[in-house]
Amino acid sequence: METRNITSPIGPFDSGKGSGSGDQQGRQQLMPGVTLVNRYTIQDVIGVGGMGSVYRARDMHFPNVVKLVAVKEMINMAPDPLVRQTIVQNFEREANLLATLHHPSIPRIYDYFSHDDRSYLVLEFVVGKDLETVINDANGFLAEDQVIGWAIQLCDVLEYLHGHKPDPIIFRDMKPSNVMINQNGDVVLVDFGIAKTFQTGIKGTMIGTEGYSPPEQYRGDATPLADVYALGATLHHALTRRDPRLEPPFTFAERPVRRINSNVSMELEAVVNTALQYNPSERFPAASAMKKSLMDVAKKTGALSSLASASLPTPVNSGVKPIWDFKCEDEIRGTPALSQGTLYIGCYDNNLYALNAADGKFQWKYPTDGGIVSRPLIYENNVFFCSEDQCLHVIGARTGKLLWTYPTEGRVYSSPRISDGHIFFGSDDQSLHAVNVNSGRAVWKFATDGEIHSTPLVANEMVYFGNENGSFYGLDFRGGLKWRFQAKRGMTSSAISDGPVLYTASLDSTLYALDAKSGWAIWKFRLGKGTISSPAMVDDFIFIGAADGFVYCVNARTAKEVWRFKTDNQVSSSPTIYKDSLYIGSVDGFMYCLEYRTGRLRWKFEAQSAITGSPVVFDDIVYFGSTDHHVYALFA
Amino acid sequence: MADFFRKLFGSKEETTKPKELVDAATTAPLTDQQLHSIISGQAPKYEIKQLIASVGQSVGKQRDHNEDSVLALTTTISGSVESVPFGLYVVADGMGGHQFGEVASNAAIRIVGGKIVEKFHSYLYKIPTQSLQESLQEVMEESIMEAHQYIQREAPGSGTTITAALVLGQQVTIGHVGDSRAYAVFPDGRMDPLTRDHSLVKRLEELGHLSKDEVETFPHRNVLIRALGQGETLEADIFTVPFPQSGYLMICSDGLWGVVNEKDVVRIIGESPNLHRACQAMVEAANAAGGPDNITVILAQIIG
Repeated sequence: METRNITSPIGPFDSGKGSGSGDQQGRQQLMPGVTLVNRYTIQDVIGVGGMGSVYRARDMHFPNVVKLVAVKEMINMAPDPLVRQTIVQNFEREANLLATLHHPSIPRIYDYFSHDDRSYLVLEFVVGKDLETVINDANGFLAEDQVIGWAIQLCDVLEYLHGHKPDPIIFRDMKPSNVMINQNGDVVLVDFGIAKTFQTGIKGTMIGTEGYSPPEQYRGDATPLADVYALGATLHHALTRRDPRLEPPFTFAERPVRRINSNVSMELEAVVNTALQYNPSERFPAASAMKKSLMDVAKKTGALSSLASASLPTPVNSGVKPIWDFKCEDEIRGTPALSQGTLYIGCYDNNLYALNAADGKFQWKYPTDGGIVSRPLIYENNVFFCSEDQCLHVIGARTGKLLWTYPTEGRVYSSPRISDGHIFFGSDDQSLHAVNVNSGRAVWKFATDGEIHSTPLVANEMVYFGNENGSFYGLDFRGGLKWRFQAKRGMTSSAISDGPVLYTASLDSTLYALDAKSGWAIWKFRLGKGTISSPAMVDDFIFIGAADGFVYCVNARTAKEVWRFKTDNQVSSSPTIYKDSLYIGSVDGFMYCLEYRTGRLRWKFEAQSAITGSPVVFDDIVYFGSTDHHVYALFA
Repeated sequence: MADFFRKLFGSKEETTKPKELVDAATTAPLTDQQLHSIISGQAPKYEIKQLIASVGQSVGKQRDHNEDSVLALTTTISGSVESVPFGLYVVADGMGGHQFGEVASNAAIRIVGGKIVEKFHSYLYKIPTQSLQESLQEVMEESIMEAHQYIQREAPGSGTTITAALVLGQQVTIGHVGDSRAYAVFPDGRMDPLTRDHSLVKRLEELGHLSKDEVETFPHRNVLIRALGQGETLEADIFTVPFPQSGYLMICSDGLWGVVNEKDVVRIIGESPNLHRACQAMVEAANAAGGPDNITVILAQIIG
């Protein structure tokens, strides 16, 4: 059998039939400096595949900073116009499918487009090395624990793809050169099946690289078990450094891992052997089963504890640079708000600032007589926010000019909420205030037994909020008490709701799920320490930070912990979810971006001091303030 | 906006109306026709929310004793304060072959039922009412653990499934061990399982060892991998879901779900004029299909 590698420049699929040589000249590569669709400026070629090239490009949509993307080019070489059209349609269907995938080991798809005979896919630029390079560059064998860690992640992504509904997605091309190891030491699958639609004119669909693919794939059967075999082959290569493409096909059984690398445990060798069985029914029945076996091996060899505690090599700022930053006169402890291209944020220099969200340019500031931690709220071209000067302030969003103020009898740390023409907020005068949004007059006040720092939640025609005495109230719109719940310590955290359930937390170290109708505790989840962070929710997950330095992810139905992530100081900031990431600040001075399903670190950015406020994310940009006096804007 | 002010300040006109409707609705017992018209009718706005439920049970055609146990408790308390439906529904299926199968299932429903009612007693039947310290899930878990320990102590060697649903307001907190099941059944014919069987066949299916067809014919379909009273440590599935809006909560033993298919269950519920006729018809269907095992079913619904 000939040995060929579809990532080599001379692919067998170039022209459909006949020789594959000489064709490459016909497919001109894009030159650096060329800009596609007025947006992506080509910088360099980073790979050449059978269908076209892969480029590193800069996204000019963000002119002030360098945002890099990978642009994958696929050249449509079908001579028949109808076939060409079908290919482009298939490409677009596939691109749409890929764009719906969310997994930490799958690069994110940003964009796709076709013109002339070329189609392009714009995706996350993964900084790192492919596994083939890692194997070749290593001095000696790779550490078993390391390989087990990657193998578990690869099983996890295969499980995700194979579990795709309505049809499983078969990766078909698992091999070291298609596995990137990123800066965090995590795996990312590259060279997705999308290129396959461009492989016309080959008989059958024999896709995959010889040496890694299982026997049945050569008969055209691509199944989840084929991916399991190829993963076994990839692991065999990684553990033995023997390239299967240089060996006769299907001869892994003659080269047991431990005969070549005696450092490998018998248990891991057994897993690799099972994955590599000639007969599919003798392999693991699914990637999930292989993952489970690998976890068992990891437990036995102790790899699991080192995997978990190593917390992976820390990416120092991982090259995250602010798009812009803006310096105020004092600490920023609160959360910004964004509206119509303007970012509004309060500061302990007593000012509310309005900045241009695109470049951070100062637009105006409005002075109050106290520090501002309250999050501004923009409603009908006005900005509503509260200050330690005891007042609710309402100013023009464009002009920064005062419209009216509403005084209370205590400092105000709560953020206003507007619903049905009324503003709701709490004050240190222990009352919740309902104020008419137009007239600025009080509609009612509800007196409680403690200062109110939380932001009221308006849902189900009710107003919900907690106070510093640990009382949590459910009021109707007339300010009538419907129910009250008592926690053991203060409730600074602001509640969120998911239909009939409220989620909130307390300084008594508990995350609560309360029935919105009656205030019954449905469940309690114990945090390591108290918290003033407010929960966020997506899918079935509740996220929250706590003073023990952890960010928690808890299943909303079962109250079981899904993951936790450790920062180096208390987390007062509240998590923000955007696309498949979670953003949260910590008193350790970092803004963290985590994959929300797994809690895996994507990147972190170091400010010069604690971050207690919460980020807002809009149009792929994260905005937040820090006690280092700065407002920052970063790429999401 | 006008709507909001009405909510905010109310008006005499508005507050008198609902009272009349409330009065009309509390003249229990309602006839089947009345119930039916409430359910299928235009969902009157000021109707009091209430939980209704019914139970069906049969020893089946091939067993000489009943190892299934069932508990259904529905409370409506309404007056000046808005009514918060409270209900507790438990099905337990004692393990066949074990000598104390019926003892175990009977103990399970009584201990779980008793413990939960005890916890809620001061909320339901004391003035002023007091809410309890534990969360609903904690109460459920504690009562299941207590039943587990009792069975180990008093009926060693036996075991039972348990599927318990605590309804409070719009929420259902479910505690589950074994292969009895809870479903959310919707009028459009959807039937979503809420629980996951702790059985060998389910485990093999999840691991990919059995196909859908093989599952149907698997010889050891009734082998449990978790049961109350079995094993030193017991992990019950405890979770909370919204009560199926405009639908039904159904809990049943394998004497029903293993014999009558989902399509027939949905059809029977849809065709029955009320809950107890639906329960009866489902039991009859299981018996008509041979009645190989004890049959137990509970149907609950929130109306108003």
